Amino acid sequence: MSAASKLGTEPSRLTRFLILSIIGLLFAVPMIALVIFTFKAGLSGGQTLDHWTGLFAPDAARTYRTLFTGIGNSLLLAVVTIGIVLVLLMPTMVLVHLQFPKLKRVLEFICIIPITVPAIVLVVGLAPVYSIVVKVLGGSIWTLAFAYGITVLPYAYRAIQSSLDAVDLTTLSEAARSLGANWLTVLWTVLLPNVRRGILAASFISVAVVLGEFTIASLLNRVNLQTALLQVYQSDPYVAAIFTLLALAFVFLLLLLIGWLGRSRRDRTTS
Amino acid sequence: MTTSSGATVELRGVTKSYGSHQALAGIDLDITPGEFVALLGPSGCGKTTALRALSGLELVDEGSIVIDGVDVARVPTNKRDIGMVFQAYSLFPHLTVLENIEYGLRMRRVAKADRRTRAAESLDLVGLSHLGERFAHQLSGGQQQRVALARALVTRPRVLLLDEPLSALDAKVRVQLRDQIRLIQTELGITTVFVTHDQEEALAVADRVAVMRDGRIEQIGTPEELYTSPATPFVANFVGLSNKVEAQLVDGTVLVHGEKLAPLGTPPESGPVTAFIRPEDIVFAATGLAATVVASSFLGSLRRTSVRLADDSVLSVQHEVGFAVEPGDTVHVRFLGSAVAVEPRD
Repeated sequence: MSAASKLGTEPSRLTRFLILSIIGLLFAVPMIALVIFTFKAGLSGGQTLDHWTGLFAPDAARTYRTLFTGIGNSLLLAVVTIGIVLVLLMPTMVLVHLQFPKLKRVLEFICIIPITVPAIVLVVGLAPVYSIVVKVLGGSIWTLAFAYGITVLPYAYRAIQSSLDAVDLTTLSEAARSLGANWLTVLWTVLLPNVRRGILAASFISVAVVLGEFTIASLLNRVNLQTALLQVYQSDPYVAAIFTLLALAFVFLLLLLIGWLGRSRRDRTTS
Repeated sequence: MTTSSGATVELRGVTKSYGSHQALAGIDLDITPGEFVALLGPSGCGKTTALRALSGLELVDEGSIVIDGVDVARVPTNKRDIGMVFQAYSLFPHLTVLENIEYGLRMRRVAKADRRTRAAESLDLVGLSHLGERFAHQLSGGQQQRVALARALVTRPRVLLLDEPLSALDAKVRVQLRDQIRLIQTELGITTVFVTHDQEEALAVADRVAVMRDGRIEQIGTPEELYTSPATPFVANFVGLSNKVEAQLVDGTVLVHGEKLAPLGTPPESGPVTAFIRPEDIVFAATGLAATVVASSFLGSLRRTSVRLADDSVLSVQHEVGFAVEPGDTVHVRFLGSAVAVEPRD
């Protein structure tokens, strides 16, 4: 068989195993190292559970107050950011998809821009905007979600768009209207159930991005999970490592949830 | 399922443009209650736009669309009380077959028990009562379109609109479903508008066929009228097969290869014309125009043979299967003398 005819054939089982193993190790080694680190008893090299049990000590809430504040803030920001994605981005995308398909490219371009702008540059641009935001809405942490709404745009856009492209929403919505449904009913009873997977993916990816965001919060002097972790790390690196692991586990669980909740009644019938 | 009385539909001077392109250039159409009208024409002739205008999915620029005496030109789709089956599969993927059929009834706030009964009846009408709990992806294309038909009919709409519902199906299923649609339509007496680019389909099912071209209705009539008395060369050419034969129009008579034929409709001025002669209006004979057989096709109940005349033009002749000829055979052909459509030749 010539080399050309082999192009496009599936790699062998061994090749696939090797590739997956290398990639798996790249992810697993730092995490395993992090787990081991959380059980280290200082530089002596002994093992201890003290760092984990310390989290449940009576004075833990006071000791790690910054951290818990950061977690609370990040979760609030995640919720508001999801709200922005669902209330602003998703309906806009549906509207463009059904009524103004010529604007699809423009919307895609706008939504992809944030991924090309470094966070530090974004902050420089946002700083004067936030001086006004603070005057109008106060300095509450949730206002940071406006900036996060921009940073999650590329990821949320991709997730929703792939769902919109997977179904012939134009015909479905026309069919629903011909059967007597008004636009709001079409959106609620036909469009949303069929792009549910994309909406879930966009929401959970937004949570993941918000939980991992550091630069904007730090430079705008706000406390979120990442800035709090850095602060705690300077006094207790073990606890910072434990919370990093917990945040990773949380995001991992969210990804599993996407798969589980994204399965519709139809998928379950098929399987 | 109860029989519907059917509604009258009138389109008056309906126009619709997309930028500089005029999709509908003043459509006038009257449909009587319970009538089955097909809109037939080539791609881009405006037939789908006309149907979508009737459904409200496209708002017209000018003109009126009157259903049962009420102008609905500005009424939104969901308030027009129509049923529609689309070219693309349009069942809601997240709902079962029965839930799909119930959708229109849910929108009309019909009680659940009544919904179930009527959906089951409607599904029974299209012969798929055993598939109620399936999802769209578990059905074949033909089954999906039959469910879509049941869904469109369950609300007992005033008008049923069919937008090329058979075009994605294979030939056999197409004919079966076509006949089933006609049967159900006749049984329910529902006014129906059917869009298709397939002339055989239109002629087979419709009470009347409107042939469209460039946003206008070129001719409307029964299938027989369109076939035997096409009003224009376009209709003659589009509906059924026609031989395009060079001829002369002299004193209101068409001279084709020395034979005299009557022209259909209002003939153009005397001079060179193209005559449209049906293959069944040409016969093999013992004497007549000498020709050589080029090819012969067996079409089941009949045979169609192409012959080349002395002037190198080719004619298609339709004849009975029993008369078999081989390529290269010398034959003679004659025109039966039926009136023919003509158009001036440059």
